[in-house]
Amino acid sequence: MSDKAPFPNAQDAIAIRVRGVEVGFGSRLILRGLDLDVKRGEVLGFVGGSGTGKSVLTRAILGLVNKSAGRIEIFGQDLDALPPRERQAVERRCGVLFQQGALFSGLTVLQNVQVPMREYLNLSQGLMDELARLKIAMVGLRPDAADKFPSELSGGMIKRAALARALALDPDILFLDEPTSGLDPIGAADFDELIATLQKTLGLTVFMVTHDLDSLYSICDRIAALADGRVIAAGTVAEMLANEHPWVRSYFHGKRARRLSPAPQPARS
Amino acid sequence: MTVNPSFATEPSPDGLRLRLSGRWTISAPGLEGQADALLMAAPARRHVIFDLSALAAMDTAGAWLIDRARDAAAKAGAETMLEGATSAYEILLQEARYRDFEKTEPQRGSALVALLTKVGLTAAGVADDLYSGMTFLGQIVSALLRIARNPARLRMTSVVFHLDSFGLRALPIITLINFLVGCIVAQQGIFQLQHFGAATFAVDLIGILVLRELAVLLTSIMVAGRSGSAITAEIGAMKMREEIDALRVMGLDPVEVLVVPRFLALLIALPLLTFVADMAAIFGGLLVGWAYGGISPEIFLGRLQNAIALNTFLVGLIKAPFMAGVIALISAVEGFAVQGSAESLGKRVTASVVKAIFMVIVIDGLFAMFFATIKY
Repeated sequence: MSDKAPFPNAQDAIAIRVRGVEVGFGSRLILRGLDLDVKRGEVLGFVGGSGTGKSVLTRAILGLVNKSAGRIEIFGQDLDALPPRERQAVERRCGVLFQQGALFSGLTVLQNVQVPMREYLNLSQGLMDELARLKIAMVGLRPDAADKFPSELSGGMIKRAALARALALDPDILFLDEPTSGLDPIGAADFDELIATLQKTLGLTVFMVTHDLDSLYSICDRIAALADGRVIAAGTVAEMLANEHPWVRSYFHGKRARRLSPAPQPARS
Repeated sequence: MTVNPSFATEPSPDGLRLRLSGRWTISAPGLEGQADALLMAAPARRHVIFDLSALAAMDTAGAWLIDRARDAAAKAGAETMLEGATSAYEILLQEARYRDFEKTEPQRGSALVALLTKVGLTAAGVADDLYSGMTFLGQIVSALLRIARNPARLRMTSVVFHLDSFGLRALPIITLINFLVGCIVAQQGIFQLQHFGAATFAVDLIGILVLRELAVLLTSIMVAGRSGSAITAEIGAMKMREEIDALRVMGLDPVEVLVVPRFLALLIALPLLTFVADMAAIFGGLLVGWAYGGISPEIFLGRLQNAIALNTFLVGLIKAPFMAGVIALISAVEGFAVQGSAESLGKRVTASVVKAIFMVIVIDGLFAMFFATIKY
């Protein structure tokens, strides 16, 4: 497989490699032979209409839904072929921010961040407290948020706390499911900036499902578009703007997109 | 290549050089021990140099621990320097720099005060429950009066729908449990009374016990668990999703729209179910009396006719609407008390069932005293 890749050391260049993945529920096929590469160290924005299977692909990569065909490799390792122990080691390199945060409601923010550390590592309580508070500070939450329960937090704070938990084990890949949905424009812009900063600082690979055009333009290195169960286009913002696929055209040249587009407006046909 | 984190101490002109190597990452084995050793190894010299050129990897945890040692040395009066850090490491060391987190210790009062507070809050909670129950009863009654003046406001479809789900669909399970209880009472009655040669008196026992107490009590408890929880969950889920508020802004009274149909449906369903329960339990007693006690159905029915009168049957049936009212009231109050989270919904459903069953038994006790006093 390495001879096909543009990089000499393909194992290192591709963080997630998806090949011919099919996922269906009942008789309905959601993903039909989907191919996708996520390069190491990039922010990939994943777009698609509602109900086209963006979240399904994320869940398939994370192993939360079963695929009926195809292959998914994370850092060159096929998760299905790995023994459970090594599979767990790969999974520990992935951090996930769920759409609703998915913080454990019975635990404080501090305890939430410590859950993965407690389960996987053998650290003293003092160090776990310090590292969890560091993560909480890094995502821009005030120190007193650490001892609050998720029910006491606002929507934006929940996303930040969930991001702190996703970063608890210093993952290499971060999965974000609509990170800015439900946030006000200021909060969403702050969150975008936070993700960009963390991505640069920690050298993360970010796989981001989003509807937010601002996020796509401001922090994504590449964008992949999903329609009819396949990736119909992938590339930089400029490449997507030049794409002729009708769905991509309507997405990137729609009324909302035109206001944001940094590129000169192409003439309408 | 070393994988585990480690460091070497080298003396340098007027100071110390700490050469770090290996992977200083959170999952590296022995990271914490090495970090503690590093903290000890950076004492108050004039110069302490942290040499990162041999580092294989570092993440925020590693950066935090290295910076903690640097910070400790700096606080002890040493001049600290970083050497051989790549730009990525420098950013990481800056972002994950060591800092003191203010510890927010939870306030701890005396255990006695906490206990008394809890007792007081619980007592106040009971008073609150009583108050909100009364308020709610008032709202239901005023809604019923409005409907009585203008019967077109009654949501008949809703009443019939709930009658189906609280009544008809509860029929199999209510019939079954009362049939079984009738069997058990008959078996025990015959078994215990035959020592005195009075096995046929088991029929009196079954007739009176089932009709006066058991059938209505078991039916009410079953309905509280089955339909009371459903009412709380339905209304609570609507409260959570702001559907109740949506009704209010449309000018509709949630009590009239949601509670009155359920209240009426339960009021009709519970007496009907109690009647079926009476019959099922007596039928169970009859079968066991026949098969186990040798009491033929003719003798059973004959004795039953002597043992009970219409009042025995009515005592049980009169209680049923009161039970229905209490169950509907408690489950609706709890449903409206649901707050935004799913957790609160679960708590309220549990509270609704527990309180409803408790109140059903309390009311049964009150009625027993009442009927004993008026000798009915």
